Amino acid sequence: MNKILQCAASKPIPVLRNVAEPAFLPRDVSGFLDQIFVLAKERVMSLLVGAPPWLAQIVSSLLNIVAMLAVFLSLFALMSVFERKILARIQNRLGPNRVGPFGLLQPAADGIKMLIKEDIVPLRADKVVHFLAPILMAAIAILALGIIPYGRNMTPFAIDGGILFFFAIGSTTELSVFMAGWGSNNKFSMLGAMRAIAQMISYELPLIITVLPVVMVVGSLRPDAIVAAQSGYSLGVIPHWFVLNPWGAVAFLLFFVSGLVESNRTPFDVPEGESEIVAGHMTEYSGFKYATFFLAEYLGMFAISGLTVTLFLGGWHAPVSFLGFVPSWLWFFAKLGVLLFVFIWVRGTLPRTRVDQVMNFAWKFMLPMAFTCIVAAAVWHFAGRNLAGWLWSLGLLAVVYFGLSRVLETGKKFAPRIYRFAE
Amino acid sequence: MNSVAFVVITVLTLAAALAAATLSKLVHAALCFAAAFVGVAAFYFFLGAEFVGLVQVFIYVGAVAVLIVFTILLTRRDGDKECGFNWSGVVIAIAVFGGLLWAILKTPVFAVAAQPIAPLSVRQIGKLLMTDYVWPLQCAGLVLTAALIGALILAMEERR
Repeated sequence: MNKILQCAASKPIPVLRNVAEPAFLPRDVSGFLDQIFVLAKERVMSLLVGAPPWLAQIVSSLLNIVAMLAVFLSLFALMSVFERKILARIQNRLGPNRVGPFGLLQPAADGIKMLIKEDIVPLRADKVVHFLAPILMAAIAILALGIIPYGRNMTPFAIDGGILFFFAIGSTTELSVFMAGWGSNNKFSMLGAMRAIAQMISYELPLIITVLPVVMVVGSLRPDAIVAAQSGYSLGVIPHWFVLNPWGAVAFLLFFVSGLVESNRTPFDVPEGESEIVAGHMTEYSGFKYATFFLAEYLGMFAISGLTVTLFLGGWHAPVSFLGFVPSWLWFFAKLGVLLFVFIWVRGTLPRTRVDQVMNFAWKFMLPMAFTCIVAAAVWHFAGRNLAGWLWSLGLLAVVYFGLSRVLETGKKFAPRIYRFAE
Repeated sequence: MNSVAFVVITVLTLAAALAAATLSKLVHAALCFAAAFVGVAAFYFFLGAEFVGLVQVFIYVGAVAVLIVFTILLTRRDGDKECGFNWSGVVIAIAVFGGLLWAILKTPVFAVAAQPIAPLSVRQIGKLLMTDYVWPLQCAGLVLTAALIGALILAMEERR
């Protein structure tokens, strides 16, 4: 069950293998920094050599969980303040700058504020369901974070079907959204939950189908294998990341957009559109329960971004071979940071879409393109994974893309809007 | 450790299933049903059938439970006031239980302590699906496609 534990318990890990030749640092220092967390855990586990295996297993799992929670909860705090700062910069404001240096202590102030706020539960609410919904949602997001390889030998929950685990767990989010909407006993909440579930189900399809080409090409559902398949460089500078193939690039874009939708971020935050339905399924939540929803949304965003990095951006591999001496986990979090910045950037620049636009886009454009990615990946594979295959798959994707654009072209530009459901 | 885990999973699954059968509010029952599905998935994990466990969560919790919940929402106006007792349901339940019991008792006893077999990897399952079981797979695909098209046609009729 726990790969790291088994290694730690039975034999020392051959830690320094396949670390790329460092340029500036001596080999040992680079390798040590790369494996510093694995070694630290190994040290702790070595204190338990005589202990029964179940105790060692529990301690090992707890160490993984605590490390993950610590990292991602602090990342959440950082992200919340950086998001406000960046949004402020985009909107030509200053953003939070009162609490601590540059407003960096703002998350602490927010946390305390949320904790001491009154927790209001509607009188007619279904108390148990209302209480459980935010907890379930945050738990799902944390579980989904477990399968991502954060660095060399650093997967908290390394199972064979890791990718499947991610989506299996992720599909439970719909149930928690429903619980929030239904438990609140409020029509805005219920409408928001309905919208959220419809949107999630629609975009889960392209989300999963765009993963299929990667899984097909790698031949494994294990995140570590997917990262390993993206190792190596052409000419020493071009990494073998899947995003650099035509099918990979298209799948990456589709996956990223679906990820935006799944995490209810701004261009697609229809379920909680303030101008339409107050705050969707979160309308009746206040205080720390609301903060838990907020936390779950951000953790879900980290999970989706982490999976994007794993699937398409080479996981923890360095972008060029001579930078291989930088610790692998640092690369992972650098890439994660870039993706999170794009999330914020998109939020600051794009207006909200309409419900029907979101759904049409999913079914009429995303889904056919996602299927084309599978075919393009197969073409690339059978052409011998070379330049010819690269060009063939590019051509196929281009043909389908322009064909779809022609088919979906409605021809009416700037026509008066027709209201079908609200007259 | 293993027996403790077994007992915990069993108790939770059975409790969830019992709650699903007895709770008067239908939505509560559906949610407990989903919890029971998770318990069954935990059993699959426990037995080393990782793939089956994941698919169990994926399909039953992610799709079937959501479908049940939606069905309850869209069909019942008085979903909160369902607490009548249905004798025909009891008869059917007893009949199904008796049938299952009879089938189990009639089955020749197979060795419970069989040789431990290596758990199938996802790759092996994929190979088998594409070679030995390719016809059932294609048939299932055809049925699902037909269902999808049927659903689309049903949904489109609204526009006329």
